[in-house]
Amino acid sequence: MTPDNRLLISPGPHLWKGLSVNKIMYQVVIALMFPTGAAIYFFGPKVIPIMGVSVGVSILTEYLCKKLRGRAFIMDGSAVITGLLLALVLPPSIPLWMVAIGAVFAIAIVKEAFGGLGHNIFNPALGARAFMSVSFSAEMTTWTPTRFMPDAVTCATPLNESFVWQGSQASLYHALFMGNTAGSLGETSVLFILIGGILLIGLRTINWRIPVTYIGMVALMALAFGQDPLLYILSGGLMLGAFFMATDYVTSPLTNQGKIIFGIALGLVTVLIRHFGSMPEGVCFSILLMNAFVPLIDRFIRPKPYGVVKVVKKVSSEG
Amino acid sequence: MDIKLKKKASPYGVKVPENKLSDKIPIEPAPLPDKVVIPLQQNIGAPCKATVKKGERVLVGQKIGDSDKFVSAPIHATVSGEVTGTKMVINPPTGQLVNALIITADGKDEWLELDVPQSPESLPVKELLTRIRGAGIVGLGGAAFPTQVKLSPPPDKPIDTVILNGCECEPYATSDHRVMLEYGEKMLRGLNIIRKILDPKAVYIAIEDNKEDAISHLEKLIANSEFRDDFKIVPLKSKYPMGAEKTLIKMLLGREVPIGKLPLDAGVVVHNASTAKAIYDAIYEGKPLIERVVTITGAVKQPKNLLTRFGTSIGSLINYCGSMNKGANKLIMGGPMMGIAQFDLDFPVVKGTNCLVVQESKLREEHDCIRCGKCIEVCPMGLMPTDLARYAKAGRYDECKEKYIDDCVECGACAFTCPANIPIVQYVKVAKKELAKGATR
Ligand code: SF4
Ligand code: SF4
Repeated sequence: MTPDNRLLISPGPHLWKGLSVNKIMYQVVIALMFPTGAAIYFFGPKVIPIMGVSVGVSILTEYLCKKLRGRAFIMDGSAVITGLLLALVLPPSIPLWMVAIGAVFAIAIVKEAFGGLGHNIFNPALGARAFMSVSFSAEMTTWTPTRFMPDAVTCATPLNESFVWQGSQASLYHALFMGNTAGSLGETSVLFILIGGILLIGLRTINWRIPVTYIGMVALMALAFGQDPLLYILSGGLMLGAFFMATDYVTSPLTNQGKIIFGIALGLVTVLIRHFGSMPEGVCFSILLMNAFVPLIDRFIRPKPYGVVKVVKKVSSEG
Repeated sequence: MDIKLKKKASPYGVKVPENKLSDKIPIEPAPLPDKVVIPLQQNIGAPCKATVKKGERVLVGQKIGDSDKFVSAPIHATVSGEVTGTKMVINPPTGQLVNALIITADGKDEWLELDVPQSPESLPVKELLTRIRGAGIVGLGGAAFPTQVKLSPPPDKPIDTVILNGCECEPYATSDHRVMLEYGEKMLRGLNIIRKILDPKAVYIAIEDNKEDAISHLEKLIANSEFRDDFKIVPLKSKYPMGAEKTLIKMLLGREVPIGKLPLDAGVVVHNASTAKAIYDAIYEGKPLIERVVTITGAVKQPKNLLTRFGTSIGSLINYCGSMNKGANKLIMGGPMMGIAQFDLDFPVVKGTNCLVVQESKLREEHDCIRCGKCIEVCPMGLMPTDLARYAKAGRYDECKEKYIDDCVECGACAFTCPANIPIVQYVKVAKKELAKGATR
């Protein structure tokens, strides 16, 4: 045998679809530009530093963590997503140093401490948000009005009990849908979240099963509790959570059936938290809670292998 | 048993770039080689022992290797000339080293006198099987399983369906396609021999719908033949790996082959289109299997379908097609999805070689699994490829087994899709090898 060193040896298949991790991540980043743009539009350019700090610190933290762990740093876009998502779930008046701490927590603790992309159990941005809610509870619940709202003194989000809307029900839905309401940076404009989310579903980057079952279940549960399902769907972080957080590959179930179960359970938990819990907002915690159940779902919800009829152990009759 | 025909597209699998560069190019004979290297094992099963000695003169079609094992197929000289030596080569289906005979051709192409039966149609089944084995026929779709074994199901396993596999779902490959177009009649007669032997209730010819011309050509042939009522063509939506036996059976009949079992356990036998043509040659013309159509394609000047004698070096075929393009650095034996990259241009064409693809390629880096689940969505066997790769990588082979690694047909649909570029099939192969070692220990 005369090995020919012009010839490259590598295992098959020798064709690749070419949809790399990087491409997927940047597709998500592009989709996130819609809620990001909406945030800037409604809350004004003053929110840009929040995003800048969040994304910048996320990337830097990832770089340092990789260096510390002796791994190669790949600019795969996942840190950009985490940074952006974190910014989008923060209130517009949050001090920048808190943003920085949140971003460090998201990357260093929630992601890298578990082994980095692919190994983390919890969604990094949501993990950081939960951490910040506990640590900076006052700042995390101070809501400022959008640029287009009449000067409100206190500004509650629609899920707070103190929330009063002076206008018709239809105008409320309209405001919620467009995003002209108090809330976290990127959670308010349902319209722009939907554009980004549908874009990702169209590209088959995210799986429609999770947002559809999640949102559907929230509506059903709201109905069951005698609440306004439309209000439940349009307000709070549900839309952003359902399209961009619950669909995070790493922290959601692998199989389609698993994803459906995940979405249904998310809807259930979210409404239970909103209805019975002390917190008006349930999305962040329900997703984190369900993240913890993902390994269990993946263990039991598996596709049926070809040619396996019954998985009963055959009792040896020959022996 | 009532057979319901399901004519639908597969929900699994992947859309691959088909790149059938040579599907309009007629078959032409490759130049006769000056020298052939003929491995003494070209099939799955037992290797053959040489039946000729160094220095002996052999004729085309003369048997040069045989085995007394059931799962084996004899090997024939593919040129006339002198046996000038032996060498060790890698046997593509098994990856093991096997002995090969070297025959230096005398350029006369003198054939052994062929034993052509008087009325091939009326030969008894036993005689048909003997002739098929004697001709050294193996599955030409790539697996190279001895054909007469597939045609001899145990009596307690009745076969109700025969499927002729003309899917050729591998990108680039066009040899079956050309055989169906150019040897359609012979192929149908070969299929009729298969039908005679197995006596099934139904015979289907499965063809992907990217071969419209083959479908309509065969439809015409069948309509004008005595097989009018027996053979039925089933066009299938092209999607990789449509042609994999087990998924094909499920697609056509809605049946699954039990895990670890053969299609005949589900009452089905699947034969490749080119194999049926080889059966025709053996029965009607008394010709042993000494050549086949090989598609030479990809980054070569002129892609071709070459009728090639076994033992011809792959390098000489590439040269005949105008050599590898500038920048091309990979030579794949078989299709690009399941084929194996070669490192030696002297390697011979063997019975299972349906295609040679030249490629310009770069090594891609493997990343950690991002748990996107795409591999699971495309796996035609209902496996969780990401888990198989993860367990195999960690050496947890028993867990691979528990997760049905035996079911994996190594189609590569998962790795094709994987954004993290994990060579899942490679891990599966390693795990299967380790498990097999453990089983024999
Ligand atoms: S796990 Fe095996 S059968 Fe499934 S897609 Fe991958 S190679 Fe094909
Ligand atoms: S396709 Fe690749 S990255 Fe996605 S789950 Fe499968 S192995 Fe992991």
